[in-house]
Amino acid sequence: MADIDEDQTQREAIEIDRSKGDFKYEENYAFDAGIGLTPATIDYIAKVKGEEEWIREFRQKSLKIFQDLPMPTHWATADLENIKFGDIRYYLSKGQKPVRTWEEVPDDVKKTFERLGIPESERKFLAGVEAQFDSEAVYSRMKDELAQLGVIFCGPTEGLRDHPEIFRKWFGKVIPVGDNKFSALNSAVFSGGSFIYIPKGVKVAQPLQAYFRINAENFGQFERTLIIADEGAEVTYMEGCTAPKFETATLHSAVVELVALKGAKIQYITVQNWSANVFNLVTKRGVAEEDAEVRWIDCNIGSRLTMKYPGVVLRGKRARGEVLSIALANDGQHQDTGAKMIHAADDTTSNIIAKSISVGNGRSTYRGLVHIPKTLQNCRNNTECDALLINEHSRTDTYPAISVRGRKNSVQHEASVSKVSAEQIFYMMQRGLSEGEAMSLAVNGFVNDLVKEFPMEYSVELKRLIELQMEGSVG
Amino acid sequence: MTTLAPAPTGVLDVACQTAETAAFRAQDWFAVLRQQGWHTFQSLPMPTRDNEKWRFSDARTLSLDGYAPAAAPTPTQAADLIARSRLITDAAGLMVHVDGHCVLKPTLSAELIAQGVIFESLEDAVRTRPALLQEHLLKHPVRLGSDKFAALHRAWLRAGYILHVPKGVEVKQPFVSVTWTLTEGVAVFPHALIIAGERAQVDIHDFHFAARPDQRALAISACDIHAGTGSHVRRFAVQAWSSATQSFQVDNTCGGRDALISSVNAAVGARRARLENTVHIDGPGADVRLYGISVASGEQEFDQRTLQIHTAGNAKSDLLFKNALLGKARTIFSGLIKVEPDAQHTDAYQTNRNLLLSPDAEADSLPGLEIEANDVKCSHGATTGQIDPAELFYLRARGIPLAVAQEILAQGFLEEILAKVGHEEAANAVREMLRQKFHQA
Repeated sequence: MADIDEDQTQREAIEIDRSKGDFKYEENYAFDAGIGLTPATIDYIAKVKGEEEWIREFRQKSLKIFQDLPMPTHWATADLENIKFGDIRYYLSKGQKPVRTWEEVPDDVKKTFERLGIPESERKFLAGVEAQFDSEAVYSRMKDELAQLGVIFCGPTEGLRDHPEIFRKWFGKVIPVGDNKFSALNSAVFSGGSFIYIPKGVKVAQPLQAYFRINAENFGQFERTLIIADEGAEVTYMEGCTAPKFETATLHSAVVELVALKGAKIQYITVQNWSANVFNLVTKRGVAEEDAEVRWIDCNIGSRLTMKYPGVVLRGKRARGEVLSIALANDGQHQDTGAKMIHAADDTTSNIIAKSISVGNGRSTYRGLVHIPKTLQNCRNNTECDALLINEHSRTDTYPAISVRGRKNSVQHEASVSKVSAEQIFYMMQRGLSEGEAMSLAVNGFVNDLVKEFPMEYSVELKRLIELQMEGSVG
Repeated sequence: MTTLAPAPTGVLDVACQTAETAAFRAQDWFAVLRQQGWHTFQSLPMPTRDNEKWRFSDARTLSLDGYAPAAAPTPTQAADLIARSRLITDAAGLMVHVDGHCVLKPTLSAELIAQGVIFESLEDAVRTRPALLQEHLLKHPVRLGSDKFAALHRAWLRAGYILHVPKGVEVKQPFVSVTWTLTEGVAVFPHALIIAGERAQVDIHDFHFAARPDQRALAISACDIHAGTGSHVRRFAVQAWSSATQSFQVDNTCGGRDALISSVNAAVGARRARLENTVHIDGPGADVRLYGISVASGEQEFDQRTLQIHTAGNAKSDLLFKNALLGKARTIFSGLIKVEPDAQHTDAYQTNRNLLLSPDAEADSLPGLEIEANDVKCSHGATTGQIDPAELFYLRARGIPLAVAQEILAQGFLEEILAKVGHEEAANAVREMLRQKFHQA
């Protein structure tokens, strides 16, 4: 009997009732654009941010495009229709902090933090008790070290204001405003995010963590990130964290643009674990010039609906693009993720490896695009997507689109769907593991080769997180 | 090409359609079916490229203008085409249509007739076997995008055949149907209805030919296979319309309990040819195999759309489509495996392989999966590539000229499918068509 009780507790530990995590706002309209989206909202944001006229015009133009574009429901899920654009608060400026005390944080959430091994000091930030985790110091030390190398690491407002000669040239160029409805929305109301420039030949040894910088200001609901690695430069950027993040806003729509100039390397790592009420609709794309490499490592665990297809435009000869993707869809979640590889120069190569796990009635979807036009030769793409279905009502879909012309180009795509074999589970249970432990071990084995691509501390946390998600799924 | 005056009565002409339907006044149900087709056709818009079901297709050049049904051929013309239709020497029965008119009715052996085998033209069957047709004719919704064209097929339905092999009857020899287009600007709507009763076994070969290689034509065909419990159905369909034909083929393949279906589609003809096949795996233990080959050259567009729906568990489906592309040709393969929530223990596979033999050719693949049951084995694969240079080098090092070496390797690539036809004479006929096609290109 004791066993059963323990199981029950563990199950509760991961079934987080995120509605308990509601924030409250102080009503202070000096820093709040109010609810809804009109040209006045845009003017307000631009004014508060003290932006130049061209940015305001860019925002207004984007708003127009956003309003003109239809919802992409002819191919995407109808769940998008549930977004109430009129009920959303599009901008909260600095100083607007959510207020909640540690006592108000549900016990199960506290337990989750404990299980993940998150330090005491960080827990309060993650629970939304403190908007400012003690990261100012970390950030300023990091900033000093980077500044010596000539690296610029700031937010979009500072980036466009202080370094227009670097950032304006690429801003909105990798992902044009009208790329899709949500990139247009982001272009209209963006705030927060990172603008990074790595000078020629500089190889940044430590990963740059958004965690430390963005947390030092208001967390961006409509983040805008632009990373430029100049010739021969190398950088790794990390976004998000493994702990569940409580959110008040139900719509997140980021735009991330990466520019890898000749011979540069950019690696962008995301761990997304929004709460289960969030629509996470993100546009991410990189441009790789000659001999450059852009690599997306993308892990989606949270949110109600995520639609995210990181892409690489391989614009220079011998450029290389890669997307490694892990998605875990639990009850009530839809992870609609994938990758795009646009080959636009000879001898370019791309690789996509996507693994998804559907638990309970969760649904995971892979959508891919591989495009090789007729003028090119010697381009190669390899795509593998594997899906694991845990429960009877779990669902998975795969929708790749592959278009190939030209000479000596080759493309291969493979996808498989399977469940954890009864023999595997039986074998492990024979050796004394519980069914839940056996299942989580099997699932960790399924994603293991991708998880080890993450930096050490992330991969450890990811494994724990998967264990947690799997515990309630069987038995 | 000869220029003719525009047809006074085309397939888009209501008076023309109504006049033809009037001939079926005595078969009220059939006239109604045609009328419904006409109304549906008129209510639907032409497909556009932003429709996901038409993604990658050149929907802009779709046009139904200027096609008309043609009068029956002269006896000389018919005799000539009947002679050219005798491809299979051991046929259990041969039926020939020219421009939508049945010019040769099959003569079945007394044994087959005694066993209750039916192989009749649709026009006859409408009059003689209304009950059988009403049960099976056009019973499935169009799911893959050609709703409008399928409705036009229904509106002009007359040509084609019904093949019914009753319970327990096994027919070893293939039934053969050959359909020709002859008149410039003709529109044909051939229909094939294949019904296999419990434990029945049947082979059918369907050839679609053009009397002249460059005549303009519109062909909207359909083939519905109903394979009963434990039956074996094998179909070999060869599309060799003229190079100026627009072809749409809307097929449904239904496998009942423990049924075994093998369908091979070979495509060489038409300016544009769209093949839609919806496979319904309705019975446990069913095993459905779909194979396709095409050699696309010039500016041909072959558009293949398939859907494998598993509603019953413990069943199997396997699909392999291979395309070889020359010139500025384009092939589109869009396939979806759909496993419904209760279809546990499904094995479903889908593979598309494209061989690009020209830098201007384009191969598009949209292989999809929608899986709602967890205890399944499903996979898909798609590859697009060129001839392996090592293999080419091997042949050239033995004195084989480049063009010949390429042809040998391309034929080898396609041979995997031809080996599945299970009838050497029929497979050889297609091998010869492929050979000619490589030589013209």
